[in-house]
Amino acid sequence: MEITSPDFKKNASEALADTTLQRALKNVELGFIGKRQDAVDALPEFEALRDLGRDIKTHCLKHLDVYLDEYEKKVTASGGHVHWAETAQDACEIVRDICRSVGARTMTKGKSMISEEMQLNAFLEKDGMEVTETDLGEYIIQLRGEHPSHIIAPAVHVTKEQVEADFRRAHTQLDPNRNLDDPVSLLGEARAVLREKYFAADVGITGANFLVAESGSSVIVTNEGNGDLTQTLSRVHIVLASIEKVIPTLNDLDVFLRLLARSATGQEQSVYTTISTGPRRAEDPDGPEQYHVVLLDNGRSEMLGTDFEEMLRCIRCGACINHCPVYHAVGGHSYGWVYPGPMGSVLTPSLIGVDKAGHLPNASTLCGRCESVCPMRIPLPKMLRHWREREYERHLNPTPQRWGLKGWAYFARRPRLYHQTMRFGMRLMKYLAPQTALMRRLPAAGGWTKHREFPAPEGKTFQQLWAERQASNGQTKGDAA
Amino acid sequence: MSKPHDNKAAKSAILGKIRRSLSAVGAVADPNRETARAEVLERLASKPLGIVPKRGEVGAYEKVAMFMDYAERVSSTTARIASYDELPGAIADYLRAHNLPQSIITGSDPRLAAVNWQSEPQLERKIGPSDGSDLVGVNHALGGVAETGTAVLASGPDNPTTINFLPENHIIVVHADDIAGNYESIHDRLRDLGGKAHMPRALNMITGPSRSGDIEQKIMLGAHGPRAVHVIVVG
Ligand code: SF4
Repeated sequence: MEITSPDFKKNASEALADTTLQRALKNVELGFIGKRQDAVDALPEFEALRDLGRDIKTHCLKHLDVYLDEYEKKVTASGGHVHWAETAQDACEIVRDICRSVGARTMTKGKSMISEEMQLNAFLEKDGMEVTETDLGEYIIQLRGEHPSHIIAPAVHVTKEQVEADFRRAHTQLDPNRNLDDPVSLLGEARAVLREKYFAADVGITGANFLVAESGSSVIVTNEGNGDLTQTLSRVHIVLASIEKVIPTLNDLDVFLRLLARSATGQEQSVYTTISTGPRRAEDPDGPEQYHVVLLDNGRSEMLGTDFEEMLRCIRCGACINHCPVYHAVGGHSYGWVYPGPMGSVLTPSLIGVDKAGHLPNASTLCGRCESVCPMRIPLPKMLRHWREREYERHLNPTPQRWGLKGWAYFARRPRLYHQTMRFGMRLMKYLAPQTALMRRLPAAGGWTKHREFPAPEGKTFQQLWAERQASNGQTKGDAA
Repeated sequence: MSKPHDNKAAKSAILGKIRRSLSAVGAVADPNRETARAEVLERLASKPLGIVPKRGEVGAYEKVAMFMDYAERVSSTTARIASYDELPGAIADYLRAHNLPQSIITGSDPRLAAVNWQSEPQLERKIGPSDGSDLVGVNHALGGVAETGTAVLASGPDNPTTINFLPENHIIVVHADDIAGNYESIHDRLRDLGGKAHMPRALNMITGPSRSGDIEQKIMLGAHGPRAVHVIVVG
């Protein structure tokens, strides 16, 4: 996919002006936040599980090379194959070569974020393969020629009217006068169309939420069952997984299973958790004849030992995205690459470079909601600050911003001058906004005031108010003593 | 034509990068990774239990009740029968109540094979994997998990995976004695006395009928898998 992260500001402005998108984005706040809270409240052990999940992942990362090696041995022992891919390009070629080796022409695919990272569909289509996304959200955006705008709800930016129009355009084999008013009929239509695809597919691709070293298994967690049909009905199952997905044992898996669904969708458990180990056995009446795992690095090994190592604990639950006020306002496409929201703003610069993704760490108010809900306790705001520092050090941020920061630094080091100037500024702003108590235009702050109004200051600076408050506190304390 | 992929070289390159990154911060004073390997092998062997929710630590009777309660909360229906003798009748009743034909597909699970199906003469029973043409599939679960109402099914000729996903209606039979409080207990049943896991090709942990929230985040049942799941607890 074309990387548009450098155009974050432009993307975001367009997103803010897009009324259909804004209507669709309301569903993120409505659909996820309350449900997560209810599920968390219903499990007293949840906070302790977060600590444990964090510790298990940290242990895994410190021993990542050894766990991967042990995992591979178990996969091989169960009749599967592990393929190691340093780059996205290598991973694409590995998948293509497996497809060629079995003469595959058609493929179904369950949701896999790293396949987006690899741009796998475009690569295989160039090679003459027909690839069909089977997750309903992924299918919708494939028909639209778009990319996911959310890691667990890829079509969250699309309204049902748009889905109806897409289905009418794509499913020309069906009666044009059919009634699709009810979303259930849209679901039924997708189900029927995709059923045929599963049976026709030579190769089925899925992602992996976890890889279990104890048993050499890959695990997918879904609600629709598309990943299961994808892997059960094709002759060859290819699992795409990035290297940090490996965990030690089935007991560790159970810890993560208690965190993932609650954090992601607010379910106590997702409908299908499937633990797959190797290809069809001699006595099995169904299942794939071949089982391949492609392990993708693509820059992750270099995040170890850096300020961004902790990002590798991410289990892709989407909670940070669901709770991010910036995401609620601008949606996922504004971020310009595969991973949106707070996790994307940290991960994207690591994977595609801070020169391309330098704006993303600024797309945050550092309000801290992401960290407060992250099941892996990833300090996302801290890492966003690390990126901002690097961006500054490498002179990647725009000149006005650098001047602004330099100017601020000049005043900040001279407290008297700073306070005098601030007091003057406050009085000036109060004078500028006498009637409305809101400022609709503020010089040099059009980016802010275009989409919301700035409350007129009360006439005192924070420092003045603080000093007054301290003085009156001191008074009270003195009285009590 | 690009040159063929050298898997061994790619593996050592990736593992090498991991080791370099880890040792760069002094996280490992262990160049040959001997200590690290010993720690990993110890952890894989000892398989420490994580945090197991208290909720599942109840008596056998409450466990079954909790399992059925959680299953219903995720839109499954449930029934409880005293023995396998009552299974054909319970299935026939369910089919009648839902206007479904008296026809099911099952695998060759010995517990299902031992049932006297003649007690419901109109009920037709096919045996084998599903090809998608069956309306109702019946599989026997390895066990159930009370903490979330999850049924756990192992692939193989006894209970083919296709029966879990292709028929529109899925009837899951589970014995009351096989209902555990938590996931760990069920996963432990897959390990032998030496602690080695013997995994089926697919272990399906199923919590309710298939669903999707991908159109405007409204949950709808019956995405790609079954539209209805009926759980019958025996015993
Ligand atoms: S960063 Fe945390 S909250 Fe965000 S997707 Fe990853 S695990 Fe979930």
